[in-house]
Amino acid sequence: MTSYIIRRLLGVIPVLVLVAIAAFLLIHLVPGDPAMVMLGNDATPQQIQQLRTQLGLDRSLPEQFVLWLREVLRGNLGESIFLGRPVTQALLERLPATMQLAVLSLIFSLLIGIPSGLIAAVWQNTRWDQLVMATAIGGISVPSFWLGLALMLVFSVQLGWLPSGGYTPLWEDAWQGLRTLMLPAVSLGFMQAALIARMTRSSMLEVLRQDYVRTARSRGVGRWLVILKHAFKNAMIPVITTIGTAFGVLLGGAVVVEIVFTFPGLGRLVVLAVQRRDYPLVQGALLLTSVIYVAVNLAVDLLYGVFDPRIKYE
Amino acid sequence: MSEPVGLAGTTQGSMPVQRGWLESDSPLRQGLRRVRHNRLAVTGFSLILVILASALLAGQLSPYDPRMMTITDRLKAPGGSHWMGTDNFGRDIFSRILHGARLSLQVGLAVMLLTTAAGIVFGMLSGYFRRLDNAIMRVMDAMMAFPAILLAIAIMAVLGPKTVNVVIALSIVYAPRTVRIVRASVLAIKALDYIEAVRAQAAGHVRILFRHVLPNALSPLVVQATFTFAYAVLAEASLSFVGAGTPPTTPSWGNILSEGRVYMQAAPWITIFPGLAIAATVLGLNLAGDGLRDVLDPRMKT
Repeated sequence: MTSYIIRRLLGVIPVLVLVAIAAFLLIHLVPGDPAMVMLGNDATPQQIQQLRTQLGLDRSLPEQFVLWLREVLRGNLGESIFLGRPVTQALLERLPATMQLAVLSLIFSLLIGIPSGLIAAVWQNTRWDQLVMATAIGGISVPSFWLGLALMLVFSVQLGWLPSGGYTPLWEDAWQGLRTLMLPAVSLGFMQAALIARMTRSSMLEVLRQDYVRTARSRGVGRWLVILKHAFKNAMIPVITTIGTAFGVLLGGAVVVEIVFTFPGLGRLVVLAVQRRDYPLVQGALLLTSVIYVAVNLAVDLLYGVFDPRIKYE
Repeated sequence: MSEPVGLAGTTQGSMPVQRGWLESDSPLRQGLRRVRHNRLAVTGFSLILVILASALLAGQLSPYDPRMMTITDRLKAPGGSHWMGTDNFGRDIFSRILHGARLSLQVGLAVMLLTTAAGIVFGMLSGYFRRLDNAIMRVMDAMMAFPAILLAIAIMAVLGPKTVNVVIALSIVYAPRTVRIVRASVLAIKALDYIEAVRAQAAGHVRILFRHVLPNALSPLVVQATFTFAYAVLAEASLSFVGAGTPPTTPSWGNILSEGRVYMQAAPWITIFPGLAIAATVLGLNLAGDGLRDVLDPRMKT
């Protein structure tokens, strides 16, 4: 087990190094002089030169990278050109809102996806199965932002049940926070719920065909006991491994949904940064989210090792 | 919902094939013949064909110029001469959606082709040559460590809002998935006896890869290509929606939706119809992908 953990931890290092290189090179993909592009046509040559020095653009590429990485490791992601303040500060301010949204979406997708998939598998080829599978394939085909707009139109505009935007931190007012998060979380999580339902169904069907399930049944163990105790536990293994990936998708997808619900998260900040060509901010957001993504995946993998003892021997 | 998979065991790996994939009895050909009997695939492909035809015939089918503004006709509800209504500039939504279909399908198709090409090249290199494997796969891992849409937005931010840049950005984002799939197939095929036999006959690497390995790795690749097409259509719409995609002047589905958002209460049809168009296209592709997978590669079933 320990060797598995160490191996998995070491495996993350090259990925993180490459992620850092990619994020660093992003600014250098800008056609022309990034400083000039960022400051626009009104900038004086002095201002451009100053920004070039600030970004280290007048040094060689490897030199720039080392300097940049040293600052990043200290938690300094540079200055936002437009906001005129540290990128780290701006990002950390917005991060809790996006994290709440992503986590709530993940909970929603698991709560809906797993039972639906289970129902579809247990009653395979019945109306219930067809209903779940039809909803699921619809779910993976509908754009989240469109679903968000539709939900907003029905539940905020027509029925007036839920707010159409805004944000209240859950720790300030849990009820109001949940109300503001509800629609964004459902529109964001629906596609993942559909994917999880499909995966749960096929995984359950696979397990239910196994010999040990048949043996348990033939020994007189009740149907539901076999389904829930013997089959479900094993069927969940492939589903659990995808939670990390699902979280990454939700974190990225939040960008789009945040625009729909004028939700003050990372996504809206990034979109604003793109429009204003605030590259340090875009770069910082990209780096931060991917580090979170890698960390979550690592955590899921390690937990998976705990839950599935077979992994030790691989 | 899906038809039972009773045709397992005829895909790559289980069949010692040494034939080219264009020949009449290659595994891909056999699978594609069976697709006709798969209800999912037929429904999906029919849907895509209808959308493809309307995109190709957009010029003939559109009752109006998609860019023509008629201020007196602004925010008209569906019905009469504008059966999907008009937007805030009095532009005909139906005509705009037809022209938007062109853009969406072009982007989807281009991304699909580019990611497939990248998948074949890097997947084969990685799966076949051990020395390259680690390097290529670590780069792919790093690329997949970025949340997809966010990476696409960041690439668009530096490249600038042009349709061709959308294609580049989405191809970069989705290529690693295809590379992984090709690599996995190549690894499995490489271990089979017939490859050993071909190698014993002193066949060159290129010949082995393209004539003996690739044909048998095509089934999962075709399935993945269909899903990539679907992801690309969705992602293009998302990028346009947040203002980081095709230039706002181009009538793309995401752009129409994004513009209509402001008028959602007064004129919901501006957002409803392009959303339905996106959903129908992606649904068609997903159904086709599911059907193809059931027929071509039952083991990949999720």
